[in-house]
Amino acid sequence: MAILEVKNIHKNFGKTKVLKGVSFSMEKSEVVAILGSSGSGKTTLLRCINFLETADKGQILVEGKPIFDASDKRKKSASEIRDMQLNFGMVFQSFNLFPQYSALENVMLAPKLLAKERADFRQNKKQIYKEIEQTCIQLLDRVGLSQKLSNYPCELSGGQQQRVSIARALALNPKVLFFDEPTSALDPELTGEILKVIRDLARKQMTMIIVTHEIEFARNVADRIIFMDGGVVVEEGAPQYVIDNPQNERTRAFLSKLSER
Amino acid sequence: MGFLEVTLTLLSGFKTTFFIFIATLLLSLPLGLIITFGSMCRFLPIKILVRTFVWIIRGTPLMLQIILVFYGPGLLWDMDAMARTTAVLIAFVVNYSAYFSEIYRGGIESVSKGQYEAGQVLGLTKVQVFFRIVLFQVIKRIVPPMSNEIITLVKDTSLARIIAVEEIIMVAQRYISAKALIWPLFYSGAFYLIFCGLLTILFWFIEKKLDYYHS
Ligand SMILES: Nc1ncnc2c1ncn2[C@@H]1O[C@H](COP(=O)(O)OP(=O)(O)OP(=O)(O)O)[C@@H](O)[C@H]1O
Ligand SMILES: [Mg+2]
Repeated sequence: MAILEVKNIHKNFGKTKVLKGVSFSMEKSEVVAILGSSGSGKTTLLRCINFLETADKGQILVEGKPIFDASDKRKKSASEIRDMQLNFGMVFQSFNLFPQYSALENVMLAPKLLAKERADFRQNKKQIYKEIEQTCIQLLDRVGLSQKLSNYPCELSGGQQQRVSIARALALNPKVLFFDEPTSALDPELTGEILKVIRDLARKQMTMIIVTHEIEFARNVADRIIFMDGGVVVEEGAPQYVIDNPQNERTRAFLSKLSER
Repeated sequence: MGFLEVTLTLLSGFKTTFFIFIATLLLSLPLGLIITFGSMCRFLPIKILVRTFVWIIRGTPLMLQIILVFYGPGLLWDMDAMARTTAVLIAFVVNYSAYFSEIYRGGIESVSKGQYEAGQVLGLTKVQVFFRIVLFQVIKRIVPPMSNEIITLVKDTSLARIIAVEEIIMVAQRYISAKALIWPLFYSGAFYLIFCGLLTILFWFIEKKLDYYHS
């Protein structure tokens, strides 16, 4: 069964139609890279799936269960949306770390707050917090930051900040992890460390959707490429088809423009 | 007229000054936050109402507001005049809440949308996002403008004498008519100076405390 299924998503901002019927689905452990020119609606699509925007039309299903249906007019409560949201993790282009918290505190914040809702929280508070701390330290170690646990974001390089934000997203065990141009805000020499972390996650069977302009990276890490243009998916398939042998005119134009750079 | 005696008399006037200061501060700090929420309200009528109110309060002299609060009710509805200190406090609290609310608003609006969104995708509730993520960043950002405003408040308390509240300036001035002495009036400035100096040190300390990160 598909872990994520997106059906016919439409999104307008006022009169601008940004998404005009986007559909795709993905299997567990699959890595999908979304390519497309600027303004094609990639960010908007990720934001709609992550409840940062509300799609005007369409459905989203996780493991076959609908988590969003635009035709369902019943207004969802904030806590319902939150439960849905916890299916996903999101890594932003601009990191969005919390500046007043250390790297470790950034990663622990959400799990600790979530733990308060556990039935056994009162009795086992110490134990629960300890376990969370252990897990979060491991996560930071996994992204190569075991030496930076107590550093604040302002004391970290862009690449290190982005790795903290990846660890922060992983701390909630999302079923699908989304990346919106995770390396675009970084100096070129720092992109490598982020791509390495993502590659490592792919090897560990993490299900991921990555919006990126790094074609070579997409080719290496993605099982499937989705190419978007003008708010629709114009071509999708394995990298060797979409990148090396595109069938669609618009995909070809986009790729040739990229290779000119 | 002994120096010590003048000092003690002025000190008793400063007690009133200090009371106006501290009561205004303690009441306007939270009230300002409520006004902030009103002026950022998505419901347009409330937002317009609150912003008009802030405009009027900030757009007219505090001295007029004190006079209005003290004499207004009597003139309009034939009410008994309220206690002078109460009138002063009402005017000060309303006035300073309006100023504080604008500082709060600036602080809240300066926190980037990305902070709220990061909190939201991590499954935090709106309340958690405000108290765990936004509030601290707001406090850090508003300490400098707030300390400025609070130091202004110390000196604004002298406006209370317009309706004959016995704060330090009024007490000092009495020496002119009663004893033909002007130096107590100038001397009263030292009280303000010392008090503001202490506040400056306090704010410097708070700023230092919050300075462990920058964004
Ligand atoms: N909040 C908004 N209000 C109005 N228009 C918006 C909003 N967000 C996005 N848009 C518009 O939607 C279109 C698609 O934007 P989007 O950010 O999804 O593109 P993108 O594919 O992510 O581009 P890029 O590669 O530059 O990041 C753009 O034309 C943009 O101007
Ligand atoms: Mg984008």
